Amino acid sequence: MHSIKKKGFGRDLKESFIKNVFKISGLLTILTLLGIFALLLYTAVPAFREIDLKEFFTSTRWDPTSPEKPEYGLLSMLVSSLLVTAGALLLAFPVGLAVAAYLSDVAKPKTREIFKPIIELLAAIPSVVIGFIGITLIGPLIARVFKMSHGLTALNGSLLLAIMALPTIISISEDALRAVPQSYAEASLAVGANHWQTLIRVKIPAAKSGIIAAFMLGMGRAIGETMTVLMATGNARSFPHGFLQSVRTLTANIAIELGEVPYFTTHYYALFALGLVLFVLTFIINLTADLIMEKQKRKLQ
Amino acid sequence: MEKQTKNKNLKNRAAQFWKTGLLLLLTAIILTVPLPAQKRMIQIKGSDTLVNLVQVLAEEYMAKNPGAAIAVLGGGSGTGITALINGTCDLADHSREWKQKELDLAYEKGVKPRIFAIAIDALSIVVNEKNPIDILTMAQVGSIFRGEIKNWKVLGGADQKISLYGRQSNSGTYAFLQEHVLNNKNYSPEVKEMNGNAQIIEAVTQDLSGIGYVGVGYLYDENGNVRRGIKVLKIKKDENAPAFSPLDKEAVYSAKYAISRPLYQSTNGKPSGLAADFIRFELSPEGQAIVEKEGFFKIGQELMEQNLKNLK
Repeated sequence: MHSIKKKGFGRDLKESFIKNVFKISGLLTILTLLGIFALLLYTAVPAFREIDLKEFFTSTRWDPTSPEKPEYGLLSMLVSSLLVTAGALLLAFPVGLAVAAYLSDVAKPKTREIFKPIIELLAAIPSVVIGFIGITLIGPLIARVFKMSHGLTALNGSLLLAIMALPTIISISEDALRAVPQSYAEASLAVGANHWQTLIRVKIPAAKSGIIAAFMLGMGRAIGETMTVLMATGNARSFPHGFLQSVRTLTANIAIELGEVPYFTTHYYALFALGLVLFVLTFIINLTADLIMEKQKRKLQ
Repeated sequence: MEKQTKNKNLKNRAAQFWKTGLLLLLTAIILTVPLPAQKRMIQIKGSDTLVNLVQVLAEEYMAKNPGAAIAVLGGGSGTGITALINGTCDLADHSREWKQKELDLAYEKGVKPRIFAIAIDALSIVVNEKNPIDILTMAQVGSIFRGEIKNWKVLGGADQKISLYGRQSNSGTYAFLQEHVLNNKNYSPEVKEMNGNAQIIEAVTQDLSGIGYVGVGYLYDENGNVRRGIKVLKIKKDENAPAFSPLDKEAVYSAKYAISRPLYQSTNGKPSGLAADFIRFELSPEGQAIVEKEGFFKIGQELMEQNLKNLK
């Protein structure tokens, strides 16, 4: 009796210890996030002592080291970031969804077991390597196809980011499609619909929220990517008027300028302000994706 | 009786333990805090234009002085100077002079830069080898990079939009060209900002209507021949002046080539130990011979005297 109690006490201790470790780890993640946000906010705000808030958000000229007049307008870079990301999703989403549908509905289990790890491996390629492919292979190809003198354009960035966003889009939409209860498909087939109709009219609509979440997470992945776009898009500061132009994204600009900026100057704070904009952007995207996924889970239950 | 011995034994062992521990601790401290004069490892950071040259100089130096370790990193002049101010490198390479803002910041942080000119660079304007244009004036180069001249036709070339390649704002070459050729005006927002000299050469080689600027050392391949696929433009000081190429040694040494500049290295305060020895090597006839072999130019009399004064 006595010994059992002792054992139970030890187990309790162990259990509560482990529980607390997990709790602290969880809290730590939240604290880190809050810390990053606070730091960004704290370092970004002093920028607006000298920069007009309206200029910051509406001007298209960014030239903090200009000998004429330093200019801090993020619009060109923001639009460039969105343009490159939109292009990437336009390319990656249809392909990603098709691959996901193939894996979940068409492919034999054995084929899927070979394909899935290969697709996930795609996510493991370092961004520098993808950027290098952009400079040496895809860039010159774009130049030849569009009869331009060079290929360091938004399109180049979009193509590369599409490759990088694919694994995210494929694996999350595939999970969503597979989470659709078998009874849905069975019912559809029972009333005479064929395989294709079942996929398009029943399974994809049922998995809609998950697929949208995949889209959003792919977007989050693309908009935050730095090295690849830095290497592949030419980094011209002008306002983008199309995909066949050199552009500079928010991330590339921060990467270029943060290394050289003298600390605690307006330029330094302004770069953190750009970071804050980027953070808010990706935060909204990821949060939306999470909410949508949560909704899907509840609906299917 | 027995207990006492045991106690004594224990005491002895404890004393022994503390002695050994203390000894280990002391050794550890001595090992991890080497005296500055014995520092056998230095870190150099900065200018992309200088990085290859300084790397070759460092390798040569290390071959002659076993045990010395010199790490050379690029990143741009601004990056190097910022690193020196923040105390994260021993020597900063830079291809432009210090800005007043940087000097103020350095003094504020107690960093007293000493500046050494280690080589001369002829800033070279390069185009694709198929471009028919051979000569530009300084003013034309300025107009092109300010975005005022947008088509090669204006300059007598093909009817093609000019495709601009340049460096990023952390580059000393970017700042130098802006100050001396663009007359302190803004660069065109159409300039594609590349990561380094080598990337500009690569881009201009592929781009028929491209134009870019690089340090003279990047014009040569590993065998010392001018790289294929590019054309190095001759530059005229003004409309009526004769044109000179940065490949023409005599023209650069006699300052007839219009856009040449010293390349610098800075230390925090008077250099000592390995850093001082390495700078002496760079400035020696042997070091300067390497400078010339790598495509750059030797330091003249006046700058050299200034350098030697700074070493004392």
